[in-house]
Amino acid sequence: MADLVTSSTEDSSVPSAGGPTAPAAWRSAARRRAGTPRASIGSGRAARLRWIVGAATLAALAVGAVLLPWLGGLDERVLDYAAVRRPPGPDHLFGTDETGRDLLLLAFAGLRVSLLVAVLCAVVSTMLGAVVGAVSGAVGGWTDRLLMRLVDTVNAVPHLLLGIVIVALYRGSLTAVVASIALTHWTTVARIVRSEVLSLRQRPYIDAAISGGASRWRVVRRHLLPAVVPQAAISAVLLLPHAVWHETALSFLGLGLPPHMASIGNILGDGRDAVLLGAWWIVVLPSVLLIVATLAVSGVAATWRDRLVPRRRSELAL
Amino acid sequence: MGAQAMTEGATGRATPAAARGRRGPSRAAGRSRARAVAALVGRRLLFAVPVLVLVSGAVFALGALSPFDPVKQYYGVQIFNASREDVERVRAELGVDDPVIVQFGRWAGGLLTGDPGNSRSFRQPVADVVGERLPWTLLLVGVALVVAVLLALLLGVAAAWRQGGWLDRVVTAVGHALEGVPPFVLALGAIAVFALGLGWLPVAGLSDAGAEASAGQVARHLVLPALVLGISQSPWLVLHVRQSLLAALAEDHVTGARARGLAERVVVLRHALPTALLPFVALVGARVPELVTGAVLVEEVFSWPGVASAVVKAALAVDFPLLAALTLLATVAVLLGSLLADVASALLDPRVATDG
Repeated sequence: MADLVTSSTEDSSVPSAGGPTAPAAWRSAARRRAGTPRASIGSGRAARLRWIVGAATLAALAVGAVLLPWLGGLDERVLDYAAVRRPPGPDHLFGTDETGRDLLLLAFAGLRVSLLVAVLCAVVSTMLGAVVGAVSGAVGGWTDRLLMRLVDTVNAVPHLLLGIVIVALYRGSLTAVVASIALTHWTTVARIVRSEVLSLRQRPYIDAAISGGASRWRVVRRHLLPAVVPQAAISAVLLLPHAVWHETALSFLGLGLPPHMASIGNILGDGRDAVLLGAWWIVVLPSVLLIVATLAVSGVAATWRDRLVPRRRSELAL
Repeated sequence: MGAQAMTEGATGRATPAAARGRRGPSRAAGRSRARAVAALVGRRLLFAVPVLVLVSGAVFALGALSPFDPVKQYYGVQIFNASREDVERVRAELGVDDPVIVQFGRWAGGLLTGDPGNSRSFRQPVADVVGERLPWTLLLVGVALVVAVLLALLLGVAAAWRQGGWLDRVVTAVGHALEGVPPFVLALGAIAVFALGLGWLPVAGLSDAGAEASAGQVARHLVLPALVLGISQSPWLVLHVRQSLLAALAEDHVTGARARGLAERVVVLRHALPTALLPFVALVGARVPELVTGAVLVEEVFSWPGVASAVVKAALAVDFPLLAALTLLATVAVLLGSLLADVASALLDPRVATDG
């Protein structure tokens, strides 16, 4: 009887001890192990979320930037000296700046200017980088070595500083800003295109073209450059946030776009002194728009990059 | 360093004779290693010369090609009242009509002899402007770098420790979001909240109006700019520490340490973290350009009297001698940063090649 009782209690105690505590002990040990991810965050789900949120945000911003000025004939350039530095309210949803311009309209107009300038800069610097990279990779030898040293040299100067030198000497025009950004940001594209050309040169179809009697120029133009286009396009899109950032920084410092082009940087630069007077709302909406737009563009670009060229993930993380 | 820790552990367990035998050659190896690192430093300094020549040439060429005219700047509006002879005399004095190469030679010669010309915007020799302002920039950038590195180590390790936990998610999300926030937005926000809203810290400058720049004053005024600069630099570092610690945790020697039953704290902090920090040293060195960029913006917003805000003032006044000198100074800083990082990682990790 005593045997039975003890055995039965043991029997009952084994599952009771094993039931709740054993899995708990196992789980806590697994949790405590550093670097073990939880199963719940799949990278696929996160990537899809990033893509959807990024694309939706971009679409909303684009609609806002294009449509908002047209709705009811509103114009962001209207000055209203009766309503200077108004805090957010029913008349002006996000308040007014120190000349009475409506900040909602102004900020979206600024976003449009900033994005257009950024697209222009990204295209120019990608083309410049693609040419340098393609020449460097296709010609090789001393040309390659010299061009790569040039890339190293440009990278040794802080980009904003070189940009400041350029806009300071050729001040007050759109061309100066575009040149300042394009001349400092082409190096990444040049590196990517060069390494892509170098790897493509080993492919059989290039050998076939050469043995078929194609000239070096024809090989580059017909066979190498088209194959490099997807890479170059991705790096152009990934350059967009950088270009926006650079243009905004220059304009903020008063060195960028001329004052009549109200880019986000110009609005923030003008609003600096107003912040000291307590008008914090002047910088809030433009900054939020800037940050959201930057993040949305880089989110979409990152998804595109991961889909198209997974093996170059680290290289393209500009 | 992880590898070092393991070999030390191995010698500790080996016989004393073997340990002694191993220590002899390792000292010789250390000496040859030091020589290799010294050779690396020499080679990199040699490589810096053409880079600096090229950068100064390019900056000068930009100045020479630009529509900007030093004589008009010298006169300002007065050029309409000046006689033709006076203008000719000033042109000759400034040497504007000499061939570009002669002007470049004169300017580069001045740089080499320690006289980079006079700054128009500060009405002082360029050397004096740099000498007065450089210490403040070094103070700001140094404190900001310490802030950024501390944040990176604390948050990066904490996030990687529980990958996928709430802290990891928050740190990763905030890090990615902060990458998109320009430093001047962060600075304006910090001023609005901590200086104007809460009134805890001063808005800008080095000391209160009219007060001496004493240590206490400077420290109080340093808090906001240094924190803003440090935080704006930290996301890349935090995410990098997290990523490389995660990679290190998957390595064989960490699995080995776990199999030996070492405590989790020891495994992460003593075995995984040292290997993860080696690339971090190189990354910190490679981020000097971004640090300079951030310093320009932060110093400008906080009116910090450093060289970086002098860049903006010089650019607004088209003060070419100062602008060119500061660009070269920044290039030297970038080259030095990457050199120091390479030397540090070569000294810390015997596996790093020194012939790169």
